[in-house]
Amino acid sequence: MTSTALSRRQFLKTSGAVVVAFTVPAFAGSREQAAGAAPAVTGVPDASQLDSWLAIAQDGTVTVFTDKVELGMGVSTAFAQIVAEELDVPFGVVSVVMGDTARTPDQGGVGGSTSISVGAVPVRQAAAEARRLLLNLASARLGVPVEQVAVRDGVVRRVDDPTKAVSYGELIGGRRFNVTLTTTGGSYNLGVAGTARPKSPDQYKIVGTPVPRIDVPAKATATFTYIVDVRVPGMVHGRVIRPPVPGARLVRVEGAQGVPGLLKVVTKGDFVGVVAQAEWQVIQATQKLKVTWSTSTPAWPKMADLYDAMWAMSPSTRRVMAQVGDVDAALASAPRTIEARYGWPFQSHAMMGPSCAVADVGDGRATVWSSTQHPHQLQHGIADLLGVAPNAVHVIWVEGAGSYGRAGAEDAAADAALLSQAVGRPVRVQWTRADETGWDPKGPPVVVSVRAGVDERGNVVAWDYVARGVSGSGIPAGASTGGSMLAGQLSGLSVHGLDVPTVVQENYVFPAKRKTGEIVPWPQEGSPLRTSNLRAPSQPATTFGGESFVDEMAAALRVDPVEFRLRYLRSPRDVAVVQAAVQHAGWVSRPSPRADIPRVGLAVGRGFAYSPRGNTVLATVAEVEVNQATGQVHVTRFVIAHDCGLIVNPDGLRGTIEANLIQSTSRALKEEVGFRPSGVTSVDWASYPILGMPEVPDRIEIVLINHPELPPYGAGEPASVATAPAIANAIFDATGARLRAVPFTPERVKAALQSRVWPLS
Amino acid sequence: MGSYASDPVTAQVTAVASPSPASSPPRPLRLSVNGAMRTVQASPDTPLLYVLRDELGLRGPRFGCGLGQCGACTVHLDGVAVRSCVLPVAAVGDRPVTTLEGLGSLDRLHPVQQAFIAEQATQCGYCVNGWIMTTAAFLAKTPDPTDAEIRSALSGLICRCGAHMRILRAVRRAAQHRG
Repeated sequence: MTSTALSRRQFLKTSGAVVVAFTVPAFAGSREQAAGAAPAVTGVPDASQLDSWLAIAQDGTVTVFTDKVELGMGVSTAFAQIVAEELDVPFGVVSVVMGDTARTPDQGGVGGSTSISVGAVPVRQAAAEARRLLLNLASARLGVPVEQVAVRDGVVRRVDDPTKAVSYGELIGGRRFNVTLTTTGGSYNLGVAGTARPKSPDQYKIVGTPVPRIDVPAKATATFTYIVDVRVPGMVHGRVIRPPVPGARLVRVEGAQGVPGLLKVVTKGDFVGVVAQAEWQVIQATQKLKVTWSTSTPAWPKMADLYDAMWAMSPSTRRVMAQVGDVDAALASAPRTIEARYGWPFQSHAMMGPSCAVADVGDGRATVWSSTQHPHQLQHGIADLLGVAPNAVHVIWVEGAGSYGRAGAEDAAADAALLSQAVGRPVRVQWTRADETGWDPKGPPVVVSVRAGVDERGNVVAWDYVARGVSGSGIPAGASTGGSMLAGQLSGLSVHGLDVPTVVQENYVFPAKRKTGEIVPWPQEGSPLRTSNLRAPSQPATTFGGESFVDEMAAALRVDPVEFRLRYLRSPRDVAVVQAAVQHAGWVSRPSPRADIPRVGLAVGRGFAYSPRGNTVLATVAEVEVNQATGQVHVTRFVIAHDCGLIVNPDGLRGTIEANLIQSTSRALKEEVGFRPSGVTSVDWASYPILGMPEVPDRIEIVLINHPELPPYGAGEPASVATAPAIANAIFDATGARLRAVPFTPERVKAALQSRVWPLS
Repeated sequence: MGSYASDPVTAQVTAVASPSPASSPPRPLRLSVNGAMRTVQASPDTPLLYVLRDELGLRGPRFGCGLGQCGACTVHLDGVAVRSCVLPVAAVGDRPVTTLEGLGSLDRLHPVQQAFIAEQATQCGYCVNGWIMTTAAFLAKTPDPTDAEIRSALSGLICRCGAHMRILRAVRRAAQHRG
């Protein structure tokens, strides 16, 4: 009891201030790594063992182990809440170890907004089972049946005599449970269960509350460990030099003589890396080296022709993802058809901190520190790259800048591994800004084409939707082969391209409806225009097409765009989220565009878009000002209604939704990767500008719809998918000009404004 | 807000204008960092960022672009917010350097740090150093700013995650608590 009482006192002493939560190490792994204590290489923890998921120390502190990693949205805090809830311990005693192949079970890494909805499920089950076992132990210790004990804050007491008590720390502290759980599925769908039933939501005291994030105080005071802060003994510094264009072969490297601190120039195929003693030395060395490449002309269309070129190509894959009724017959017999095509560009993750990794390779083993979203897959990828067994590779995740999908983290890890292998010392590779913006796997371009048939009374009778992407995710989200990383491709390993057609998510009920996903071939190997997952992969594009088109139909039929949507939505959660958004926004029913559009000067309007993503559903209202002289678009107000099932942390959720709206506004208004035959031209913040402080919306208002009776669904991605169409629809409402290509740059907006024919119909 | 000191263009000009002493042998430089005199071995043309991070083990200023474009590396030089990724260490001279660590600590938070924590004004937090350091220097000169002044003062900083709305609330909160 003493130890628990102590830890409770410590907790209470500190819990009055926000700083306290962080006196518990939130990322024990990172701290050890920063000290250079690389743990011994072992196998992947056995998911069927309760001890693989959580540990309770003698002082009552709880450590949770999960493969899900923090991307800056507060998932680590939510995991701590969930475990504290199920175990009945104070929130502040829980710390979370994330993404360490030797310490955390393989849960397939992070993606698809599933960290809470899928990834936290086994953790919750393990915690519930641990609580059940602890109560049984306490019952034996206190000499009463288990029904006659109660637990609070990690202390179990006899109901009849609360002075008879025993703490979790005393019951199990520092020892293993040695209990086997039932496992189901594996990787992404890994599930475990004991015999305990997790709490029902009406019992929740910690889940559902806005506890402050455990990582923010350390981040605000520079005591947090990011991947860039990892230092290990004997570590030296590496940089990479990429070919100017894909297909260029390395001819020679000269000029290495006399460069201060230079340890080695490493080449392997077309992979070129430099290692030097100090960071500034390696930067100077890369600048001084003269690297000669063969000429190459990439098989890229002209940037301005990208969507036409994609539309003209023959799809390598075509898949009908959903079909209702006879779409072709309904279209053929419809008295009126409406058709439009939309384009979404290559976009960069443009991670705030360029990718960084440290690798220590030698004696047939490797330890790699990386901000990867997929530690266990990277373990296999590095093993393949180095030609060693997977269990000889230990990948330790350390938080990086927000990655939002498959950015450069895995590629930097591969760079560091090859360089460390070559010099026999730990090597830290820090990508430059140009490496990151120029060479991260890009969010792929998408062309959407929709055709609808309408009957005499203005009812939609047919809907034929096609989304066309490029070579699916050319780079798998999880880098489980050497060839899925840039260094592997440049050194001769082949990429295993994925052709996964993408399609829109919506629930409109039309009598005839078809949704088709197509893929056209796109060169991926060793290319700065290789593609992979970027936040809500391709759905911002597919929903931009779908929700813009719904708006175009409503406008053609002179119906209010929200009223039009509600005619075809049946799911109660869809309807509820649409109504919540428009009610909060004070939406006035009328068709778009507005009747009183000024021909010059400032035009204002409102737009709407809705979308499900997975089991989450949201509706976004955008209010915009369009400067018709400059083409500048400013969002004055967003209202979003957001239903992701059970809410674990409402404040964390609001922060993530708000940031997601701003990032997706940036993607809608500004972001497009430029390219020419000589290479990618977007290489820094000047050539790939994103939304800045003067441009962010004046107001963002969030309506959270909580469903305690439902599981928690994902929230990392969904709020990004309806932003671009909501803004495009608002621009149309304000000006009568329809934007069918992202981003809505001043040039594009001006061109659309100039193509209007007055009077507007 | 034209006088705002962490303008990236100014910082770049500083870097370009400095002489190029790349070939001179390294001799120890003395720096005042977070109130202590430190001796560093880096060559004089080394950007201050690498000296602070690699030699002195500081984590507040972070590498974001190396071009003076994003502000993740911001430090105070004699109270003025500057971009350490484009400032040669030899150009620091005897001006005192303050990093996020020197601004305040967990047990003695600077009002701006306090406000950022209270408003939970980060997503990943990689850029937060730049926002806190720039805000602290800005509010020291402009204690009661308008919203337009805040947006303008912070216009040279980048946050990829989009935490801007909470950052704005944190800056307003810090201004109120200072005033």
